[in-house]
Amino acid sequence: MEIVDILLAASFWEAAIRIATPLIFGVLGALVCERAGVLNLGIEGIFTAGAMAGWMAVWLGAGLWGGVLVAALAGGFFGLIHAILTVPLGLSQHVSGIGVTLLATSLSYFTYRTALPDVSSPPRITPFQPLDIPFLSDLPFIGQALFSQTAMTMLALVLVLVTGWVLYRTPLGLAIRAVGDNPSSVEAQGLSVYGLRIGAVVVGSSMMALGGAFLTMSAFDAFFFGMINGRGWVCIALTVFASWRPGKALIGALLFGAFDAFQVRLQTEVGAFLPSQVFLMMPYILSIIALIVVARKADYPKALLVPWFKGQR
Amino acid sequence: MSSAAHSSHETSPDLLLELAGITKKFGPLIANDAIDLKVHKGEIVALLGENGAGKTTLMNILFGHYVADEGQVTVANRDGGISALEPGAPQAALDAGIGMVHQHFTLAENLSGLDNIVLGTEPIFRLKRDRTKARAKLDQLMSGSGLNVDLDQPVHKLTVGEKQRVEILKALYRDARLLVLDEPTAVLTPQEADSLFATLRQLAATGLSVIIIAHKLAEVLAVSHRIAVLRGGKKVGEMQTSDADHRSIAEMMVGREVPASRRTERAPGAPVLHLSGVTIDRGDDRRSLHGVSLTAHEGEILGIAGVSGNGQAALAQLIAGLSKPDHGSVEIFGDVITRFDAHTFAQNGIARIPEDRHHDGMVGSMTVAENIAIEDVRSKEYQKFGFLDFAAIRKRAEHAIKDYDVRCPGPDAQARLLSGGNIQKLILARVLEKSPKLILANQPSRGLDVGAQSEVHRRLLEARENGAAVILISEDLDELLTISDQICVIHAGHVSSAIATAAIDRSELGLMMAGQSKIDAQHAATIPTADQGETR
Amino acid sequence: MIRFEPRSNPGPIFVYGVPVFAAIIAILLAAIPLALAGAPILKAYGLMITGAFGSIFSTSEMLTRATPLILTGLAAAIAFRAKLWNIGAEGQLYMGAMAAVVVGSGVIDGPSWVMIPAVMIAGAIAGALMLIGPTLLKTRLGVDEVVTTLLLNFIVLLFVQMMLEGPLKDPMSMGWPQSEPIIDSAILPPLLERMRVHLGLIIALVSAAALAVFVKRTVWGFEIRAVGENAAAAKFSGISVTKTMILVAALSGGLAGLAGVSEVAGTRGYLATDLSPGYGYAGIVVAMLARLSPVGVIISALFVASVFVGADSMSRAIGVSSYLADLIVAMSLLCVLIGGFLTRFKVRFDRKKTAG
Repeated sequence: MEIVDILLAASFWEAAIRIATPLIFGVLGALVCERAGVLNLGIEGIFTAGAMAGWMAVWLGAGLWGGVLVAALAGGFFGLIHAILTVPLGLSQHVSGIGVTLLATSLSYFTYRTALPDVSSPPRITPFQPLDIPFLSDLPFIGQALFSQTAMTMLALVLVLVTGWVLYRTPLGLAIRAVGDNPSSVEAQGLSVYGLRIGAVVVGSSMMALGGAFLTMSAFDAFFFGMINGRGWVCIALTVFASWRPGKALIGALLFGAFDAFQVRLQTEVGAFLPSQVFLMMPYILSIIALIVVARKADYPKALLVPWFKGQR
Repeated sequence: MSSAAHSSHETSPDLLLELAGITKKFGPLIANDAIDLKVHKGEIVALLGENGAGKTTLMNILFGHYVADEGQVTVANRDGGISALEPGAPQAALDAGIGMVHQHFTLAENLSGLDNIVLGTEPIFRLKRDRTKARAKLDQLMSGSGLNVDLDQPVHKLTVGEKQRVEILKALYRDARLLVLDEPTAVLTPQEADSLFATLRQLAATGLSVIIIAHKLAEVLAVSHRIAVLRGGKKVGEMQTSDADHRSIAEMMVGREVPASRRTERAPGAPVLHLSGVTIDRGDDRRSLHGVSLTAHEGEILGIAGVSGNGQAALAQLIAGLSKPDHGSVEIFGDVITRFDAHTFAQNGIARIPEDRHHDGMVGSMTVAENIAIEDVRSKEYQKFGFLDFAAIRKRAEHAIKDYDVRCPGPDAQARLLSGGNIQKLILARVLEKSPKLILANQPSRGLDVGAQSEVHRRLLEARENGAAVILISEDLDELLTISDQICVIHAGHVSSAIATAAIDRSELGLMMAGQSKIDAQHAATIPTADQGETR
Repeated sequence: MIRFEPRSNPGPIFVYGVPVFAAIIAILLAAIPLALAGAPILKAYGLMITGAFGSIFSTSEMLTRATPLILTGLAAAIAFRAKLWNIGAEGQLYMGAMAAVVVGSGVIDGPSWVMIPAVMIAGAIAGALMLIGPTLLKTRLGVDEVVTTLLLNFIVLLFVQMMLEGPLKDPMSMGWPQSEPIIDSAILPPLLERMRVHLGLIIALVSAAALAVFVKRTVWGFEIRAVGENAAAAKFSGISVTKTMILVAALSGGLAGLAGVSEVAGTRGYLATDLSPGYGYAGIVVAMLARLSPVGVIISALFVASVFVGADSMSRAIGVSSYLADLIVAMSLLCVLIGGFLTRFKVRFDRKKTAG
């Protein structure tokens, strides 16, 4: 098969968008937190928690959307822990984030193991099914690539628009952008720095958790240990690559998804010559390259990582 | 200023704001001690005092950044009644019509001026923003007050003066009845300051009350109606400006006679530092130098005047060995420098006093002794085979503490516990002990009280007597005119030729600082010693 | 209204008491998941204690666990001191282990006094190089080292896997992806007969002591402290931040690499991809519990190791998931963070909302 054939196949783009979906959730969540000035390295654990909690809720009998809600709440809970530690208490965002990742991951694993002590193969749920939208899903190419994704992918795309709108078109977004640049500007105008930052971290973390939920409730139908496998960290890199803009986040995630889908297809072509690990490494290497490419001109939110205390001038 | 905001309380008593018995302690320090202050409608009150007198603390209490330990703030309501202001709530102060322009601007630099102004004035959970009304109101405010700014520019692209205008508009947009300005002229040229004062007078005439926090007497005499003087956290005097007497206010402020530092005439010696055609391009005039040439001589203080953010930082970094020129050359005692490295510079007799003494001047969690030795720990005196000689480090610190009168619990105390003045003494002890040949003093007395300031000046003059060349970068014209032998002006990365201090005309200096008067050869011709370092 | 006031001089009770207190709270908090899992709580705690300290064997197991934790804890402590956020100790550990296998599985042979230092040096260099790369990216290009070191963990693990399925594969392993065994002369000998605790523990203890002296008493330690506390001031005073960072990277990565050597040449004897159950990440907790003090790292590593070994044995006995150990470790990290805050600030509750 020629490279061009790969790129032109609708199934390729279908895979690319599917791979991109959890990253879209994750990058959007991370950029909401970071726009408000808080780096959230809890992301890897929050992905795990969202994946486990959403799946578990459905497995226990909640509907699929009920599972999505539970995942978002779980993400919000861990986000709140991170927010309290880093915003009013002003503790190291790096260390707190790693702590939240360790906590969320171990709590998820512990809960899963406790609920299902002796299963050898993970139990399955009926996940979100591909949409069958009249007319749209029947369109050539785009019908398969886009409109036959699951509802969660559509949710991710809608969230891109919503996040963009809120950040750039509403007073709330204005305040979030301001608090990530200079918290004093927000306080001087009578708004609450803590309120904005905590809110942004909680909401952003909920969005991250949806990325995890997508994996167990849409891409797959079960929860596995280690299934997040660094996706959260990839999102942190992509956030820098997307220069904290929702639109670019979408493009970044899609590029990433396309590359990943491409290397999987390439693997079937040339896999005989190269060990499979070389291909598996690609997403991580790609993330590092993406960081290096934008490092020089990356325009970090100015107050990112800087704690702010009330009464501080 | 919209007169509509004031029509509602036209009939109310004249008093707008009253601070009664405000006391605030920070640990053992009493920042405000039972301070009373009244402000009337349409009045400009100057709050005068030295650094550390408690002015800013008092205003931060008024604005809700701090909570007072005792006392209360009352404000006349818009409808005429009087009510207490909720402590610790900036929102309450805003609602009461109090607007504050801080010395360090509280602007989000990534947003436009308009965004910064409307931030927090709209209901936060609205789905859309409507800017037409806001724009109309601001246009009216701008044309009424002369505070013109391009509101669609991101704030980081504005000049300091423009940012200040945005800050004032922020308050006016909220229908402020009282405007508090903290050291508003510190970042302005004399001309910009005059124009600000004119605007304030004009606004006061329409009924706005203003409090100006200042430490310079001449300024407050020019603009205020009434003056209140603070010293050591207490109000020590209050009078109508028309009755004010220069000398008595100065004494009130300082509380003791401070010997003025006097420069004795002295013929300058050989050139020590010579920059020629130095360009450092950082793509932004505030951080760049363009073809800078200057010469500093033995036994001479060369002042660099300029409004903050005109390339002083780039110049200081260069002389401190922290950056190297893109073009042009730097010579020290005639040797062209090729290695720009802070360590080498420090070891070769260049004393460097950083602009931000807390940020660049000391490591807070290390001890006083370690901070004094920090530039020299690699030298043989303080280490053997890489192991530190703590006895030697301590001994040096003990000497330095005594010689430079650094007030601290001892050499082993953490440096972060020291006051600003004592940190500066620590830095002076670190760099002057080694009899430097060249001294870079970047804003050496900013934020210090009078005593510490005069100590800094005394030390610099002493070093000059001993033959050191001193480059004094300062935004304080009084300081420059008092102790410099010659002055260059820096504007947008360009440095003028040096002018003998005696030959300087203050207002022309101001124009040069504003970039409105090009510096030229005619001045230089009158100053024989400056001719090596001409701008082209 | 709650207010925080800075504490000017926290006493020794805070400095030493807070980590202990945090650890105790984390262990007590474990009662909640235990109860939810329906386990007998007191019995579970008892089993955890005997699991870690009940016999010479269990204590030896605990010390065996503590050995890599001391080393990765030191790696995190020295890096965090300089504000180099090395979250990649896991990857550095594997690279160190792999280098030890390359050198120590028969390519060269010699007496123990040659072979043991040889594998140690190889492992330390490999680990150091793994961190110097991201550090250079940080200092030269401004690439955030947190993300690069994190991602490198995944890359290294895949790389190790690839090597174990390729050039390093043990032909005798019957298809399992594992390396040839370390030759006898390169094995870190056990300290007690028939016990697993090995020379690696002594190496770890000596490393901690050496690092403590290095940080406190040498010029380089001085510069590391200065750069970590205030990089701007350090730079202004003429300390090269880049060089200091690279030195820190070499030390930190080297220590993490040594942890890999200790595991592969002391505990396991061969390399496989399950060599470390997350020692690199746990090292961060160890370092934070120790408040980045090298000597403190020894104590907190012993604590974390006891939790792991105790919880493992408890879990086998009463069937509670052994992820409880990870949970306790994570909670103790968050508790010590909060404790650190309480060390620096007094919490004041203001009763009156408005004056007058």
